Amino acid sequence: MNLLQNGRRRSKQDGTYNGPARQGPVRHISTASLSLERVYEQNRAIAQKKDAATAPAPAPGPAAKGKPRLLLMGQRRSGKSSISSVVFHKMPPNETLFLESTARVQKDSMQWVPKNENIYNMLMGGYSSFMDFQVWDFPGQIDFMDPTFNLDAIFGEIGALIWVIDAQDDYLEAVNRLNFTVLNLQPNYPNVNVEVFIHKVDGLSDDFRLDIQRDIMQRIQDELSDNGVENAPINFHLTSIYDHSIFEAFSKVIQKLIPHLPTLEALLNNLCRASGFEKAYLFDVLSKIYIATDSSPVDMPSYEICSDYIDVIVDISEIYGWARPKEYIESLEGPPWNHKLEDQVACKDAESCIVLSDGRRPIMLREVNKYLALVMVGKEGSYSKMCVITENVNATVGGLLKAFEITKARK
Amino acid sequence: MDPQEESVASPASEPRKQKKKKVLLMGKSGSGKSSMRSIIFSNYVAKDTRRLGATIDVDLSHVKFLGNLTLNLWDCGGQDAFMENYLSQQRAHVFSNVGVLIYVFDIESRDFDRDLLTYRSIIAALSQFSPSASVYILIHKMDLVVPTQREDIYNDRVTLIQSKSDNFAATPFATSIWDQSLYKAWAEIIHDLVPNLDKIETHLGRLGAIIMAEEILLFERSSFLVVSSWASSIGKQNPTTDRFERLSNIIKNFKQTTSRYTGLPKSSEQFVLMEMKLQTFSMFVIKFTTNTYLAVVLPPGETTFNCAMENCYIARTEFEDLDSPAKKSADRGATTSGATTSAET
Repeated sequence: MNLLQNGRRRSKQDGTYNGPARQGPVRHISTASLSLERVYEQNRAIAQKKDAATAPAPAPGPAAKGKPRLLLMGQRRSGKSSISSVVFHKMPPNETLFLESTARVQKDSMQWVPKNENIYNMLMGGYSSFMDFQVWDFPGQIDFMDPTFNLDAIFGEIGALIWVIDAQDDYLEAVNRLNFTVLNLQPNYPNVNVEVFIHKVDGLSDDFRLDIQRDIMQRIQDELSDNGVENAPINFHLTSIYDHSIFEAFSKVIQKLIPHLPTLEALLNNLCRASGFEKAYLFDVLSKIYIATDSSPVDMPSYEICSDYIDVIVDISEIYGWARPKEYIESLEGPPWNHKLEDQVACKDAESCIVLSDGRRPIMLREVNKYLALVMVGKEGSYSKMCVITENVNATVGGLLKAFEITKARK
Repeated sequence: MDPQEESVASPASEPRKQKKKKVLLMGKSGSGKSSMRSIIFSNYVAKDTRRLGATIDVDLSHVKFLGNLTLNLWDCGGQDAFMENYLSQQRAHVFSNVGVLIYVFDIESRDFDRDLLTYRSIIAALSQFSPSASVYILIHKMDLVVPTQREDIYNDRVTLIQSKSDNFAATPFATSIWDQSLYKAWAEIIHDLVPNLDKIETHLGRLGAIIMAEEILLFERSSFLVVSSWASSIGKQNPTTDRFERLSNIIKNFKQTTSRYTGLPKSSEQFVLMEMKLQTFSMFVIKFTTNTYLAVVLPPGETTFNCAMENCYIARTEFEDLDSPAKKSADRGATTSGATTSAET
């Protein structure tokens, strides 16, 4: 179902969260989306060719149906479940207080099924996201190095390992465990990206945040190089669920898993240069994670306004996107137009634009496919050139779709 | 828009008087009067109201609205000492010339009988000094009640309160700052206050018919309350009945984001134009007159959209006149003909 066109049938205003209960893996196959699964398989095949010994074998078990996996790990109470609820289930951040501690590995597929309302939507089987992957929420108290655990099943197909560290707590133990994990993984799975989320930084001052980040980085690097591991692929992000930083961090993690990212970036760069945009994001509408952006530095305010603008469109389409009676549509297609309604519109996908008073700066949104939307922040006063810009955006969207099409064909 | 009828009923022909309405906001201490005022008129979000302290005595504020209407908002501190003061020493000062009394009841109040008693004495004072005032009662903090019981408790309270309202026909609303119900209540209160509203409404209807809109909404500029609306026979079939409040809420929330982005104060206007073209409908929100924004929902179609937008800009001068009638526009005839021709193309 198309989120931009029909809204998500959930009222954000009264804050009720009526999304799904956390669910087991639901297999959703969509034809339109580029599935990361395929991409992963390709990568794995390449890796296998290069080095047959170190390439991960496909993991067994029904849960591991070949979707790339994001593994959330960290000490208990560091905020793993909260992160996955906020990012992947749209739970309001303050409700995460009531989350129980996770007892078993929680396997989530990135999919959102509306629970109530509208048969229209139910027929379509709910919304799904562009990103076809699994999120494994790993309980902090489990020692996964226990021989009873099948290491291959856990780390075999992992796309990225996300290690969550509570910045407001004593993090020494967390750092030690992370080091231990990385050292254990390195020999067998050297390609695993390790992403460290220095979490719960909302309560800390800017200076203090950077201090903590520096300290943690230092400790990890020292420990690893003492053990002979240099240049381990570890990245650090400062995150909090109370602002957009967690989405931003996830965006960066996920971008690493997209193989044709350079192509997408080049397309967006071209668009920005040609149309005078300050910033362009390619968003996954459901999760509001950006898949790609142009190469100018990401600034938080522009990300925020773009992601909130998606919300506005989704919310308004929820109000007015109801199915009109047939007679009405027919009367609109009759005289004096005598055209099908589809032919009366210039662009079949959702288009939107808001012009801010501040220097008449336009922000544009354009639907790319079911899952993706392009959101751009324009330069001051560029609204007057809107017709040209729309044409440029059209061309870019065509290019993006083609890029997805090509990766699909290579399967 | 027929020019002849226009000249007969023109607001400019009446002598202009200062339209200042005194609005009393009263209720027990801690019932949420200042919180709702801040959200509606000062662009606070619900979370921000935690910062507010107790109101001491009366907090006076002037809110400019369309049609030369200035709301003289008296936010009256609700502690017992102040209440007694209003009822005794300042009785004439507070209760004379009141246009509207908004009385806020806290649904969680432990001592409802005492609240009623205070309400009784306020009503008595009001009927003494301004018997023609209209009274609204807001049963506030509804979010604190279990959803299944809301209806019953609300109806219970309302019948009790209305029985104590003397000759005033008190209009009740259930509100909460955490959802859109607050916008609904205030939009209706404001709706009753705006002068020459019937005229605005007929004009909106005609505009809507000309541009073949499904729905037209007129928003007040800073509070984004729906002042007036018109819907075609199709627009009326929209299953979402609380859409006005929801729109107000959505746009106000987005204004918070834009103000963070642009660095402009929250109360200033944040955008001049917003357009959406989706498969099932298209919509635009434009800055309309000095005090208003206009939202138009249309069937899809590029031609319809552009014509409608052009027509709305043309109609702007006409409405500007109704909004602030002080300036009488000279080129009224020109606008009418312009509107019809471009609709035909």
